[in-house]
Amino acid sequence: MSELTITLLRLGYLVLLWVFVLSAIGVLRRDLYGTKIVDRRGTAPRTRAVGTAGTAQAAPQAGGRGSRAARASTTPTRLVVTEGPLRGTTLPLGSSAVLIGRAPSCTLVLDDDYSSSRHARIFPQGGQWLVEDLGSTNGTFLGDVKVRQPTAVPPGAQVRIGQSVIELQR
Amino acid sequence: MATVQPHRVRVGRSVELGLLALALAIGVAAYALVGIGATGAVPTNVLGYGVGMTVIAFAMHIVLRLRAPFADPVILPVVVALNGIGLAMIYRIDLARSARGITSTFATKQLGWTAISVVLAAVVLITLRDHRTLRRYTYTAMVAGLVLMVLPLVKGLGADINGAQIWIHVGGFSLQPAELAKILLAIFFAGYLVTNRDTLALAGPRVLGLQLPRIRDLGPIVVAWAVSVAVLVLESDLGTSLLFFGLFVAMLYLATERTSWVVIGLGLFAVGAAVAATTIGHVGARFTVWLHALDPAVFDRAPGGSGQLVRGLYGLASGGLFGTGWGQGRPDLVPFAESDFIVASLGEELGLTGLIAILLCYLVLAERGLRTAIGVRDGFGKLLAGGLAFAVALQCFVVVGGITRIIPLTGLTTPFLAYGGSSLLANWIIVALLLRISDDARRPAGVAMAGPPPRPPATTAPIPIRTSVATVGGAAEGDDQPTERISSGDVDV
Repeated sequence: MSELTITLLRLGYLVLLWVFVLSAIGVLRRDLYGTKIVDRRGTAPRTRAVGTAGTAQAAPQAGGRGSRAARASTTPTRLVVTEGPLRGTTLPLGSSAVLIGRAPSCTLVLDDDYSSSRHARIFPQGGQWLVEDLGSTNGTFLGDVKVRQPTAVPPGAQVRIGQSVIELQR
Repeated sequence: MATVQPHRVRVGRSVELGLLALALAIGVAAYALVGIGATGAVPTNVLGYGVGMTVIAFAMHIVLRLRAPFADPVILPVVVALNGIGLAMIYRIDLARSARGITSTFATKQLGWTAISVVLAAVVLITLRDHRTLRRYTYTAMVAGLVLMVLPLVKGLGADINGAQIWIHVGGFSLQPAELAKILLAIFFAGYLVTNRDTLALAGPRVLGLQLPRIRDLGPIVVAWAVSVAVLVLESDLGTSLLFFGLFVAMLYLATERTSWVVIGLGLFAVGAAVAATTIGHVGARFTVWLHALDPAVFDRAPGGSGQLVRGLYGLASGGLFGTGWGQGRPDLVPFAESDFIVASLGEELGLTGLIAILLCYLVLAERGLRTAIGVRDGFGKLLAGGLAFAVALQCFVVVGGITRIIPLTGLTTPFLAYGGSSLLANWIIVALLLRISDDARRPAGVAMAGPPPRPPATTAPIPIRTSVATVGGAAEGDDQPTERISSGDVDV
């Protein structure tokens, strides 16, 4: 066997070895790069038809009026923590208010030194969700504006409580 | 605005199949290339060898499909590849020996051990349906592990081979019981620590920002240290002693998250090592060899000289970046080139490029083990998977570090590569346990254990929510979902 063949075989084997290692790492890349976080700013919001139909019906019962179909696309169905220690946590929104704070009795218990024990409340009224500050020390912010009285929270608006940011999503 | 996508587990059995084909190609190609390089012709039995390895690997794959459908898809291919590379290198050393007129049949024996090990791993996967069963045998495992560790000291059973008393002779075979003791002790540590971790982590004073344990809680670590020192003194086995103590400290850290345990462990280890290096001749010689390897006096010393280490280093150097190629080097010039120094042999024939690929295989294996530990839900499984993965990683570090003169040389075996039945057997059992735990870690909630392979479940689907429509409409009480209960119970305005 010629010298060239031997050399090619030698280097070819190393290539094979690395192809194996790299494809194994390729399988793991999801683990290596961590949880996938998608920026939704550019993409059109998806309407989720079947999975949330039951939730969307909550709104009329909560006191609103108007067509159910229109409501299904505007009423938020879940509360998502997008920043802070609880990032990634989601909470389904029903007809009842969501109490946020450090106290164990809260619906969403924050592990955050900058939030008060009963910090804020998010509740449905007139077909939309409102946020109300419960006299917290550091305040609740809707976007950059401090919440002084119950304020409507449109879907996607960011509510800052201590170090956490939550938003309502459809 | 950003959303966190839920992590969807890919079952990955077909990915595993593809990687397995690559891994088998690596093993069989290595075998064929060894023949071409050493004798100029492809070995005649390469077809039989290839078919045999394929059958072994695919049998394991089918066992996984049936018994652990969610197990990690990367672990098995990586291990098959390492085992194949090891077999090829051992065969290569056999050829080199026979060229020098010495007949050795290491490769055939190792092939037999591979078959036995894979069968045993399959048996573990089939019989052990849930790794939590092992927790019941916490203290049994401790007793069995300690007995296995002292077994080589029993007169008539133990055997002193090359200065270390770590083998036993049973019916014509020689075994290293410490390899199996490693697994049993990992089970014991996991079971013990999952029960006692709170006292070990929380009680005790805080000094200089370091949470120190109470004196009376130091008992277990002192016992572990004493046992590893006893192994070192009585069996002259530096490697096992290091592995055993390192495993315990690592698992303590995993269980408690307290840096103080690592500091205490390293301190105790440093004391033990310093005393051993000065008082025990065998260990002291290892230190001299490590520090003054290239001194002519040390090189020529009759027993315990640095000849082996230095020849291994020269082998690595002659391999260079791309190696001499399979069958083209002279790895057989190093004593124990097929077992203790197989990494040097591989470095010579595959070069730095190949050796790094092999080390990456180990890295992937350890990463999968630790990832399994993160993913699994029960504390025992976490500790066991983390401990076993750490044991494999530590063993690699100690062996490769010893050969490359980063740390003193010890007598540990390279997992899956080195010649030795007990090591291969123990490591395949570790793999079976990791696969079993990873099946539990990756199984989506609500799927029955070890059932038939289900379709990839859509874990992105939201939790079904019963809204107040159902409640108001007077639906059956059974419709209540716990999530809604929590939120509706808190309507306190």
